[in-house]
This record gives sequence, C-alpha cells and structure tokens, in this order.
Amino acid sequence: MKQHELYVRNGQNWEWDRIPILEEDSFRQEILRECSHGARLVNLFAYPEGSGNIRIFSMLGRDHEGKLRLLSMRIPIKKGCFQSLTPELPQAHLFEREIAEQFAITPVGHPWLKPVRYHQNYCDAPDLWPAVSSRSIPGVYPFYRVDGEEVHEVAVGPVHAGIIEPGHFRFQCHGEEILNLEIQLGYQHRGIEKMMENVSMERSVLLAESIAGDTVIGHAMAYCHLIESLSDCEISPRAEAIRAIALELERLSNHIGDLGALSTDIGFLPPAAYFGRLRGEFLNLLMELSGNRYGRSLCRVGGVLFDLDQEMIKDFQKRLLVARKDLKEICDLFFTKSSVLSRLEGTGIVSNKIAKELGLVGPTARASSCGLDVRTDYAFGLYRFHHIPISTVLSADVYARALMRRLESQRSIEFILEILNQIPDGDLQIKSAALKPKHMALSMVEGWRGEIVHVAITDAHSRITRYKMKDPSFNNWMGLSMAVRGAQISDFPLCNKSFNLSYAGHDL
Amino acid sequence: MWGIIINRFKQGFRTTLSYPKEVPSFPQRFRGKPVLNNTADTPCPINKSKDPLGAVASGKKLTLDMGKCLFNEDLKAICPKGILTYSQDHRLAVSKKKDLILQGEEVKLARALNEKTRKIFGRSLKLREVCAGSCSGCDAEIQAMGNIVFDLSRFGIQFVASPRHADGLMITGPVTKNMELALKKTYEAVPHPKIVIAVGACAINGGPFQGGRDVHDGVDGLIPVDLYIPGCPPHPLTILDGLLRLLGKLENKENNFR
Repeated sequence: MKQHELYVRNGQNWEWDRIPILEEDSFRQEILRECSHGARLVNLFAYPEGSGNIRIFSMLGRDHEGKLRLLSMRIPIKKGCFQSLTPELPQAHLFEREIAEQFAITPVGHPWLKPVRYHQNYCDAPDLWPAVSSRSIPGVYPFYRVDGEEVHEVAVGPVHAGIIEPGHFRFQCHGEEILNLEIQLGYQHRGIEKMMENVSMERSVLLAESIAGDTVIGHAMAYCHLIESLSDCEISPRAEAIRAIALELERLSNHIGDLGALSTDIGFLPPAAYFGRLRGEFLNLLMELSGNRYGRSLCRVGGVLFDLDQEMIKDFQKRLLVARKDLKEICDLFFTKSSVLSRLEGTGIVSNKIAKELGLVGPTARASSCGLDVRTDYAFGLYRFHHIPISTVLSADVYARALMRRLESQRSIEFILEILNQIPDGDLQIKSAALKPKHMALSMVEGWRGEIVHVAITDAHSRITRYKMKDPSFNNWMGLSMAVRGAQISDFPLCNKSFNLSYAGHDL
Repeated sequence: MWGIIINRFKQGFRTTLSYPKEVPSFPQRFRGKPVLNNTADTPCPINKSKDPLGAVASGKKLTLDMGKCLFNEDLKAICPKGILTYSQDHRLAVSKKKDLILQGEEVKLARALNEKTRKIFGRSLKLREVCAGSCSGCDAEIQAMGNIVFDLSRFGIQFVASPRHADGLMITGPVTKNMELALKKTYEAVPHPKIVIAVGACAINGGPFQGGRDVHDGVDGLIPVDLYIPGCPPHPLTILDGLLRLLGKLENKENNFR
C-alpha cells in the first residue's frame, strides 16, 4: 500500500493525524532510501503515545529543497525493540542510543549501545542499564579498548584542567598516536527536555535560555519560533530584525572567542589578547541591547522585549565599523604567520565523506565543504528576505575551521550593518494565542555552532506532552573523535578548540 | 616580527580597566541589583505567574531572594505598579545565604575572611573551578575575568589546573546528580584551609532547574559555601567584586581599594 507522504518546513505546524505511520520495515527502508539520495537525518526521536505504544519519528532533511520528510512508526512497549539503523546509517548512532536510554527500547544490532547521559528512563519501565542509571556517576561502563603490548590508555575528566564543562575522554594510544578517542558525556544532564513538559511558559523560556549558556539567543529563538508556530502567531518584521541582529552578535562573540582560544593554544599571545578583547565588544553590544552580555531576556514569545532606537543604531554602527577594522587587522596578523599556519594546516582532518556519514552540522560541516546552513536551506525569520552567503572550505582541518570563523564573522558584521541601515517597523511584542491541540511543530535555527532543532507535540488539551531539542553539539561530538584519530595526543587541545562543542547542549 | 609590532601599535592602548579605582559605567538596560520600592501604604497585587522560580515573597513587606532571581526582564511584570526595578549596581556578592534576601535597597555585601585566613590567601589565592551542570554561561564569565580587560591575576588570584594546587573551589551549576561524586572528590582533594564560592543562580538555588529530578538545588547541603555570587550569569565585575571583598581588599559599601 502506498502511504501518503508528509513534507514539512521550518516553522510549520501540522495536525497530529496527518503524520504517516509506516510498518517498522518500510520505515527503515524509507529512511535508508532517502538518505542514500542525499537526505540528512535531522531528527530521530521517540514519544510515548499511551495505549502501550511508543511512536518513533524521523525527520529527513532535503537540504536543497528546504523541506523535511516526516515519517513515523509504532512500537508496542511489550515488544521493546526495533531494528537499528546505525550499521547502515552511522548518523543514527547517537539518536538511537538516546531513544534506548529515554524510553527503554532496544535498537537491535546497534554496534555500540551504551547510555548517552546516564539517567533513568522517562516511562517508568525497567532501565536497559539498571546498574548505571541509579548511580551518581557515569563512567562505570566499558570503554572501547585497544589491546596490545605497547598500547596505553589515557583518561581525562570529568573535572578538567581549564575552566570548562565536565566530560570524560578516554584515549587509546600507541606512543603519541591516538588510535581511538571515546567521549563520554552526561555529567551536565539536567533533564531539561522532561522539565519543558511540566513547567509554565514563563519558566520554559528561562529553561530554553539555559540549554547552552553561549547559545542563549539561538535556543531562545528556536523556542519562541516553535511556540509562535504552534499558536499561529506572526511576529513583526522589526522583532524579526532585532532577533537576527542578536543571533549574529552571538555568532560573532563566539567565533572570535574561539579564534582567541586557538591563538592561546598555539602560544601566539598577541592575537589571543586582541581577540579576547574584541569578543567582549560584541558581548557588550548584546548587553546594550538586552541588559545581559549573553542576550538573556531579549527573545520572548511574540517578539522581543527590547527595541533599538535611532541613537543606539548609530552607536552600534560606529562600534561595528571599528570592530570590523580590528577584526581584519588581527586576522591578518593571525592567518599570515607561517608558524600559525604550520600548526593549523593538516591537523585534525575530518573528510567530507566522514562529515556526511556522521551528519555533522554548522561551521564544522562547512569546513569539510558540506554546503549546509539553516539560514539558507531552511530560511527563518529575517533570513527569508536577507540572505547570508554560505562559506565553505575544502581543507577540512583545524585551519579550515578557524578560517570558517573568520569568514562567518566578516559576513555577520556586514549583515548586521545592512539590517541596521533599514530596520523595519513593527510592534516589539504581540500577544500570542493558546497552543493548538493535537499538533506538532518544528523550529530550526542556525546557531553559531550549527543547526538547532526544537520540536513540540501538544495533546488534546493544548498541553506540551513532548519537547524534543537538539543542539548542534549532539551531531558534532563524534566529529571530534574522528578528527583526532591517528593524530598525536598533543594535538587534541587544538582540535578540541577548533570544534568548541557544548557539553551542556549535548547533555540537556 | 614587524607585523606583530605594527599591529601592536594599531591596536593601541585600550586594555585593562582601572577597576577598582574607577568602576566603568554599565549600560542603561543592564540589570544589576534589584530594587524594591517597598512603601507600606501601597500594597501591590502580585502576579505570581511572572515569578515561576519564587524569587519574590509577599509577607508584611515584599522581599526578593537574589539567589532565586535570574535577573530577567519579565520579572518586573510581577507588579504593574513597577515595584521591582533593577539598578545598575553590579555589587551583589554576600557571605550568608540569608543576606541574599532583599527588603529594600540595602545589601549586606560579603564580609572579609577572618584575619588568619586572609593572611594565608590575601596576596595569593588559587582557585579550582568546577562546573557542575551549569549551562557554561557563568563559566564563560569566570573565564572572561582572565582576559586583558579584567586581568584577574593582577589581584593575585589565579585559576589552577588541579584541586590539589588550589586554596578553594569556585562552583557553577545546580550540581547535577551525575556531577555530585566528582564535585565531592574535588572538594576533598583541596588542602585545608579551603574556601568555596558559589557562582550564579544555579549554584545558589538550582536556578531555572530548581526542583528538577536530575539535579540538586545548588551547592548548599553538599559542601559548605563561603561566598554567594548571584546573577544569571553574574557580570565579571560582580564576581571580581565578591572575590576582592572576601579578601578584604574592598571596604564595605565603597569601592575603596586597600
């Protein structure tokens, strides 16, 4: 029987009943077929449907058509398992582990099935790993090991040497060479997804702002877009413009901070100091706008809480022009020194093939010449009218990821200057209506790390019964493991900085 | 080589703040210390839904718990009469949890450590930072204290790589269940005498995660805390202010550096 097909777009909502339900086998075959034709697994998640069933949804992104195909299948809890996609489709590996941990169903044939975040499951079923979910610390679980006479193991974390988030890194080494790196996270797990279902709207936006502290605007925007979509609320062009300016300021501060961190790691201190100061300039612009250096309290459902008046626009323009000049000069210093280039070039390569197989996103993917960017592919908000050209780099090494940050920073400054020149009119915030019952909605935002995806499902009483969020770090951590494979262990800090992934965003 | 020197001139001298001699001005929208206009004859109807974390309590007089406050703009809507506003005052750090509860304008800012401990730490304080479930916002601000604008090390304060080299811990995040053991072990590894600083709303009271299944509501109850620095995240100068007060380098109320 030919099932009807459902295609959805970014920012859309649709009735629950319209979602096609496939048999387990055809669900699997359709995903594999779509992905072999270039689609990307944007999301794969489960939802306890009641009546003893778990629904599994997959969203397959056809990046160049700007739409996603939505499929689902039903698994009786009694059966408690499904055939794993991972052996044929590596990008499903973490999604399937997440489903196994959250809903205690087993992806049969998964090559490396272990918990992702070490917590109890969401449906009061017996855990798949009862011994680990009840303990305080993740890590009591076997790591991938390499045996051999001269092979040694290096364990790092969860408490690291620097001021960073906790995670455990297990290196299998032969001399200096890394044979494998396994990254075990979960220490930062706060249970945000589950909390989103149980708290008021006033609190859930605060939670969204705290998914990853360096991506406040990205996640808050994704959250607001989602709720606005579910309540058919069309925000004003002015609010869209202010959100987009904030999103680009966030990108600028983080990208430039990362360039500073890379200079520190290779021991080239003048640009490290200058980049560090310049990063602060962009955070301070966000503070001028929203009263907080990370843009908290700016995005709210229905629009934004703060306006940009004429005086501020002039001030912003002036400061951005200075910053643009500084950025160019510091980047010229950094990117032309042969000692810098020799340290960055050829280090930590993630080939285009591997990037695609693992489903990497954001600047990391673009540094491996994958031309994907939500701002272009699934344009949202102001990006529907003002396009930012995508940059990609071929070399796929630390240099490429550093260069991406330079190129994107330049483009972001140009973009903000362009918008400031012709900022549209409109209400700052409009009142939103109640959420639609029995609907599902999708919201995607290109945060500075890449594709942020939020999905919500409402029940017959318009309550949110499932909130699924995905930070780009979730896709990209495996990329870091691959980047250091075969490299020297002393290259790890540099590779890590070139990814700069969020632990909190992964652990939720 | 020439490139570096020429660039150095182009960058000019515009680096470290002369804090604490001068406190830079914060933008008008900056949300520092909350101010309650507590006049007895204007009882204000409180819209509890605007305060999902229970920061404001209405007894005889309104009180606000800075430890539960995320310093968010929407909290102002708790009362249409504008009883709650934010000032531009960045000084928020306190020594006792109960001092976080605001009644009017006054905050009992952090006291200095006792003479004996100050003798040990006063000129050189080494801290180990532990992120225990924070979104990394607070950590980013702690890291920012090390950049050339704030230049933390000019006060003799440094972050070290191991708890065994540290005089104390600076903790962020609500303490997730998964970080509890690692935090306790890190605390035990710090030699005596040691201090503990809780930075940010999460570390003080759980922040937006309070009451969550997978987290504790902050550091209290797990290990003893000597300094509370509220904010979401606190501005680098707020953290710096707390540290300098703890070391007795700032006199109360005033910003006089000693």
